[in-house]
Amino acid sequence: MIPVAWPIALGAILFMIGVAGVLLRKNIIVMLMSIELMLNSVNLNLVAFSYHLGDLRGQIFAIFTITVAAAEVSVALGILIALVRNRRVFNADKMDTMRG
Amino acid sequence: MIFGIKDVIAVLPEITVAGAASCLLLVDFLIPRERKSAVGVLAIIFVIFAAIFSIFLMGTDVMGTTVFAGMFAVDGFSTFFKYVVYAAAVLSIMLSFHYVKEEGINAGEYYILMLFSLSGMMVMASAKDLLTVYVGLELMSLPVYVLVGFMQGDVRSNEGAMKYVILGAFSSAILLYGISLIYGLTGSTGLHAVAAVLSSGSVNQGALNVAVIMMVAGFAFKIAGVPFHMWAPDAYEGAPTPITAFMSVGPKAAAFAVILRVFMEGLGPAYGKWQIMLAAVAVASLAYGNLTAIAQRNIKRMLAYSSIGHAGYALLGLVAGTSEGVSSVMYYMAVYALMNLGVFAVIIMMRKGGQRGTEIDEYAGLAKSHKGLALVMLIFLFALAGVPPTAGFVAKFYVFMALIHKGMVGLALFAVLMSAVAAYFYIRIVMLMYMREPVKEFELAHSRGIYYVLAIATAGTVILGVYPGFLIELAQKASLFP
Repeated sequence: MIPVAWPIALGAILFMIGVAGVLLRKNIIVMLMSIELMLNSVNLNLVAFSYHLGDLRGQIFAIFTITVAAAEVSVALGILIALVRNRRVFNADKMDTMRG
Repeated sequence: MIFGIKDVIAVLPEITVAGAASCLLLVDFLIPRERKSAVGVLAIIFVIFAAIFSIFLMGTDVMGTTVFAGMFAVDGFSTFFKYVVYAAAVLSIMLSFHYVKEEGINAGEYYILMLFSLSGMMVMASAKDLLTVYVGLELMSLPVYVLVGFMQGDVRSNEGAMKYVILGAFSSAILLYGISLIYGLTGSTGLHAVAAVLSSGSVNQGALNVAVIMMVAGFAFKIAGVPFHMWAPDAYEGAPTPITAFMSVGPKAAAFAVILRVFMEGLGPAYGKWQIMLAAVAVASLAYGNLTAIAQRNIKRMLAYSSIGHAGYALLGLVAGTSEGVSSVMYYMAVYALMNLGVFAVIIMMRKGGQRGTEIDEYAGLAKSHKGLALVMLIFLFALAGVPPTAGFVAKFYVFMALIHKGMVGLALFAVLMSAVAAYFYIRIVMLMYMREPVKEFELAHSRGIYYVLAIATAGTVILGVYPGFLIELAQKASLFP
């Protein structure tokens, strides 16, 4: 039996990596991957707590999260395609048309 | 668990809006491209149906209960916010008819996405469980991401949408991490169950601190509170103007509905923890939003910073944490919706042919040739600045009173000081309109939809300023009692 702290610690580490990826990396695709990492660390948390508490709610929540994350990423990629058609940038720092 | 007919009746307004959006996706194929505004008209009709169902629900015994195993509340609070978002959706659709033709983005999906977003906001207003909060939040946000990037050929629209979607997804992930910790700490996601466990005091305080910080950060992103506001100016500037109007009003009101309910009902026992964090966000938003707005040359960008400032004012009502504070936030959101939509109606009217109407300098001398329009703009700008006798003044006053009754005089004084700063950049536009000579002839978009919105917003801003009593009473009756 693995103590509940282990998966939670793993979740926290994955979440940190995800946050660092969004804040430090410039490539939009890598940023989206980092967001996925954050969402999956949340899923890990939810499922671990669910198992620990003997309550199904967390697992149901995780399924909702997975579904919504898929929708979110497809919207983000759609917008990225529209952007790349007009201007070939994948670098977040080069998105500087608007200032102020 | 089996759901009965009562549960279905309770969500009739949501079913109407979401079902209408799905059906209109099919109807859209039958309508030729130049007559797509018919989809918008149908959308308005369905929103009115949903509003009628909401009135109908107030008279039934579903009112004041929760359905779907305690996940979805039908009460005065949710009905109040639903009416604010109905108004935001209907008025924004009316503003769109002319604008989408002008910009060549005349597609049926435009209106349908607004309906989907509206259904998300309605779910948020009624959410009584963290799962419902999350699903409603995403259902609201995803269509708005697409709408911000709806002008596919415009790089600014693409960029605004890209920044919005990345930061929106990032903030959702942060919020979700907070939710997962709350679930782990309390063993439940229902707001009442969470509150019950928290008030028993047997939870790990360190982990609870982390959870509250994550939830404050996640929600602050949604209302564009400093320091989580980075997406707002670019998304506001890049989006089609009616969508800017929509997203500055609808999602903000819905996000405040969720914030009020989650923090007052769910995390109520942890008031000492979140109060100071929200106060910090509110103070930072007031200072940064209002001071940065002064330097803006683009009016949409200026209104983005102004909306950051207004989020700060409204948050102060929640910081007070009393029933009066909650009703002051509700009143603030209703009034803010009217006056902000009014300003955007004028901006959309200025968008015609080669005239973009987005630079502040373009408004110079408007009063010389168009007295009526300049007067209406003056009313809205005075209302945003909080000048009596407009509704904007009453809204601010009510928030400040809630703070003072709670003994937070310092915060109230700071907020008053910041509204003096805010008056500068609003009234600068009035000065430009009245004191300068026009550079060239104004071209104005004449559309019945815009006239209706101007009439409704002006009437609302003035009447609610002179006779605020009845709406305040409604907000007080519908307020949450922690």
